Amino acid sequence: MSEQPAIRLRGVVKRYGPITAVNGLDLDVPVGTCVGLLGPNGAGKSTTMRLLTAQAIADEGELEVLGFRLPEQSKAARALCGVVPQLDNLDTSLTVEQNLLVFAHLYRIGRHDRRAAIERALNVANLVDRRDTRVDKLSGGMRRRLLIARALVHRPRLVLLDEPTVGLDPQVRQELWALIDLMRAEGTTILMSTHYIEEAQRLADTVLIMSHGSAVAAGPPAQLVARHAGREAVEVYGSPTMLAEAEASARAAGFATRRTGTSISVLGIEDADGRAPEGERRPANLEDVFVLLTGEEID
Amino acid sequence: MATRSADVPRSTLGRLERPAITGVLVREIVNFSSYWRAASFSSTVEPTIYLLAFGFGFGSLVSQVAGYDYIEFIGTGIVATAVLFSSAFPAMFGTFVKYQFQRTYDAILAAPVDTEELVTAEALWISLRTSVFGCMPMVVAIFFGLDPSWGMLAVPGIAFVAGYGWANFGIAIAGFAKSIENFNYVVSAVLTPLFLVAGTFFPIDTLPEWAQVLANLNPLYQCVELVRGAVFGWDPWVDFLRLAFLVGFGVLTWRIAIRAMTRKLVV
Repeated sequence: MSEQPAIRLRGVVKRYGPITAVNGLDLDVPVGTCVGLLGPNGAGKSTTMRLLTAQAIADEGELEVLGFRLPEQSKAARALCGVVPQLDNLDTSLTVEQNLLVFAHLYRIGRHDRRAAIERALNVANLVDRRDTRVDKLSGGMRRRLLIARALVHRPRLVLLDEPTVGLDPQVRQELWALIDLMRAEGTTILMSTHYIEEAQRLADTVLIMSHGSAVAAGPPAQLVARHAGREAVEVYGSPTMLAEAEASARAAGFATRRTGTSISVLGIEDADGRAPEGERRPANLEDVFVLLTGEEID
Repeated sequence: MATRSADVPRSTLGRLERPAITGVLVREIVNFSSYWRAASFSSTVEPTIYLLAFGFGFGSLVSQVAGYDYIEFIGTGIVATAVLFSSAFPAMFGTFVKYQFQRTYDAILAAPVDTEELVTAEALWISLRTSVFGCMPMVVAIFFGLDPSWGMLAVPGIAFVAGYGWANFGIAIAGFAKSIENFNYVVSAVLTPLFLVAGTFFPIDTLPEWAQVLANLNPLYQCVELVRGAVFGWDPWVDFLRLAFLVGFGVLTWRIAIRAMTRKLVV
């Protein structure tokens, strides 16, 4: 693979006073793939996203986006990137179309191509009928679709999605996943941060699990599950004391466990030969890996 | 990927590029279509109220001030007040709202626009508006007895230059402010005194000497004097220095505004 990755980070460190938000992060996003940054709140995902648009400047390390060195050449990289922010920053007193028009200018689309670019973005986000609606009259899902359309108006090579479906209804989330999947099918490279496991599992070719500012594991979702959580888990239900006992004995027998709220999951029981506790068997999943690697408690 | 980055020069894009500044200006112009009534109203009605209040109230007590009819004196001086109200205030509040509440600047800086271009474009936009709004009370004064003159055609230009400095001043204050309440200090301690001792409502030569010396450093005073020069006749050398002072004020506040906003937006 001689091709240069769309994003290449090496040993990136970003500190805010006493807090190290990103701590020696390595990240590769190959061209044409979708990479998911998965981690709990405060793991450094959003800071990483800001570093990639030079809205935060790294204290240490090397950053390259589409072959441009950051922060010096960031502007050239930004011209070829689309960014979907976590927090809605649309111009709410403007119409859908006016929002796209402004960004067609900001992304320097030539006068003759502007009309077509706006139409295409409206189509992709399924907002053609809403073109003259003011943003403050749109539903939450439509606003998110407009944010994505705005990021795609100049046909970027790389799209950065920061928590694209946070706080949305499941129906709306499905809709956005379909939209992101469409982008991916068209060959756009995507880096997406999320703390929704299902989102990463469905959309990402490769997942990078972040904890305390650095990568703790990376790979295709299925491979991560197989490597860290095995094939099968068993969920044991019972009173809190029973759960604590089951947890202790499973650990003593050499199994990894994790709490699942009302139950505890004992992982990697496929070769247990009867040593596994009684309970409901289920396939291991990415959430098992996530909790195993980023810790049971959020700090 | 042989075509990598073919549509953008391999090197870093330059500073203060026209497409970036145009992009930010387009955003402002499109937005203006949704709020121009309110902006025009507050920028022109408030100075006009000052004009009428002082013109009728104070004007009935004195007929001549510094050799002018009072309506001539205040009808020209009031331009500086209108400039301040249409530049420094919208710059302070607008900038704060756009980065803190609307997060507009996050969106713009994710596009190929640098903070320097963003600040420059925002200040240009505000000063363009100011060049129109700043003249409104003077136009009103014409109806109350200020004689029109050809020199008045230079007033939008003066308002533009002064407005550019005050716009950058407002952006810088917004960049330094931790919260929107901090603006109260600036308004009370800086803007109100400067606006009162600018020679708009009364001539500064009635003030103690130290205050007269200090008034020369007040960009609003220089703006007032330039407007009077334009309307009643230039004093070429002195007015050139006044203009140079306003240009210097604009350049200084421009650089400070860029620094303040960079600290705020790129962290």
